Amino acid sequence: MGNVPSAVKHCLSYQQLLREHLWIGDSVAGALDPAQMADHTEVMKGIHQYPGVRYPVLTPNLQGFHRAVAAGATEISVFGAASESFSKKNINCSIEESMEKFEEVVKSARHMNIPARGYVSCTLGCPYEGNITPQKVTEVSKRLYGMGCYEISLGDTIGVGTPGSMKRMLESVMKEVPPSALAVHCHDTYGQALANILTALQMGINVVDSAVSGLGGCPYAKGASGNVATEDLIYMLNGLGLNTGVNIYKVMEAGDFICKAVNKTTNSKVAQASFNA
Amino acid sequence: MATMRKVLRRRMMVLASLRAVSTSSADTFPKQVKIVEVGARDGLQNEKNIVPTPTKIKLIDMLSEAGLPVIEATSFVSPKWVPQMADNAEVLKGIQKFPGINYPVLTPNIKGFQAAITKKMYSMGCYEISLGDTIGVGTPGIMKDMLSAVMYEVPVAALAVHCHDTYGQALANTLMALQMGVSVVDASVAGLGGCPYAQGASGNLATEDLVYMLSGLGIHTGVNLQKLLEAGAFICQALNRKTCSKVAQATCKL
Repeated sequence: MGNVPSAVKHCLSYQQLLREHLWIGDSVAGALDPAQMADHTEVMKGIHQYPGVRYPVLTPNLQGFHRAVAAGATEISVFGAASESFSKKNINCSIEESMEKFEEVVKSARHMNIPARGYVSCTLGCPYEGNITPQKVTEVSKRLYGMGCYEISLGDTIGVGTPGSMKRMLESVMKEVPPSALAVHCHDTYGQALANILTALQMGINVVDSAVSGLGGCPYAKGASGNVATEDLIYMLNGLGLNTGVNIYKVMEAGDFICKAVNKTTNSKVAQASFNA
Repeated sequence: MATMRKVLRRRMMVLASLRAVSTSSADTFPKQVKIVEVGARDGLQNEKNIVPTPTKIKLIDMLSEAGLPVIEATSFVSPKWVPQMADNAEVLKGIQKFPGINYPVLTPNIKGFQAAITKKMYSMGCYEISLGDTIGVGTPGIMKDMLSAVMYEVPVAALAVHCHDTYGQALANTLMALQMGVSVVDASVAGLGGCPYAQGASGNLATEDLVYMLSGLGIHTGVNLQKLLEAGAFICQALNRKTCSKVAQATCKL
């Protein structure tokens, strides 16, 4: 994906429709493509912050946190992993070391009344270690929740999970963290995202992460898809009679806009079906 | 866009809460699922490019090798309407009929039925009803309601689901069907077959993605995913198109 100009990030019209989170960017060069997120301050300052919409930013350490606050961030997130190998390769430290850093960040955030969201990667599998035990996911989730994260987003980072592994993982985590404080972040690398999300919903989870147009591939499997498309998720939730407060047509417009801007075809099936009908 | 809005509005369900779609237990999956592979018929029928007969035969043989228990081989509709299936008799004669694998053919009219010369099928009658979400607009709640109604009249053992993935809902809908006790699922290798009602839209559920989910659930299908992927790669190359299977996309490192 080429570098998206800041002006494009400002215009992304999904700001007009979301009542929940819109993850803007991160304050570190590391986990994500540094070039893509380098203009975080400019983006934060440039966007229209709608009332009722939250704009969390990723802050892996205290330095990033302070920069985020200076740029006007009102919510932050920290990114941990349930796999030691993934933690070391992705953020260059062990799980324990990362938790210590996050404690500092979350403590500072709470001191300033800034809510903090915790993410756990590799909850259903790791590109380096393979299987990850539900117990390990629970341990990391409990730690993040205990330090003050108001919500823990459980990520199937390489999209290898299936409804069975999702269920087992959630059963374990829900023993230590209440379902109201949990979210799922399913990748669609193997086409399992919506089925996994349905399973999570059936178990009482009601916060779901997704990406407009299913933007973002998978860095571990070139050519593979990545995030679940927000449009397809909303289509399912609407069909289930669940109120999201999101206008699917406007999401589709936003998706159409960003796909044209980055010269990519949408990964959303709803968009493919609707724009060509 | 206006058409899409109308379709989506029709699909809004008035369900009080998610409890309506929770089943008694997300554990009660069938131990075994029969996959009915429709790629060679439903898939190829809806592809723009017509593949030559030897290619169809090879595809079906590769699908047989992959262990799929039922492979819909072709269709006996008039070639005037479905030119892709004009070589139906030749295909049926040319394929290797593996023992233990069924090769049903679509026969919508008496003429087609006679051409199929399968007395056995006539005497069996309809042993199975495949319920199709033809334009893929269904979502899990609708699937649940529809199946509840049908299961009142027909035993679940005689039911199959045929979900289209036009709106990305196929696997979630299939999961719901499995939770309700359905144990026969139609799918198409590489997700072959677009949607004739929405150009550019996808059509069938990809067999590879279905098998991936069922394996993860510990449900036995008898299908060798690796060989299935090979069959998918073969037919995509022959059709000069990309696969619609996410599993295939993920495992094929470009």
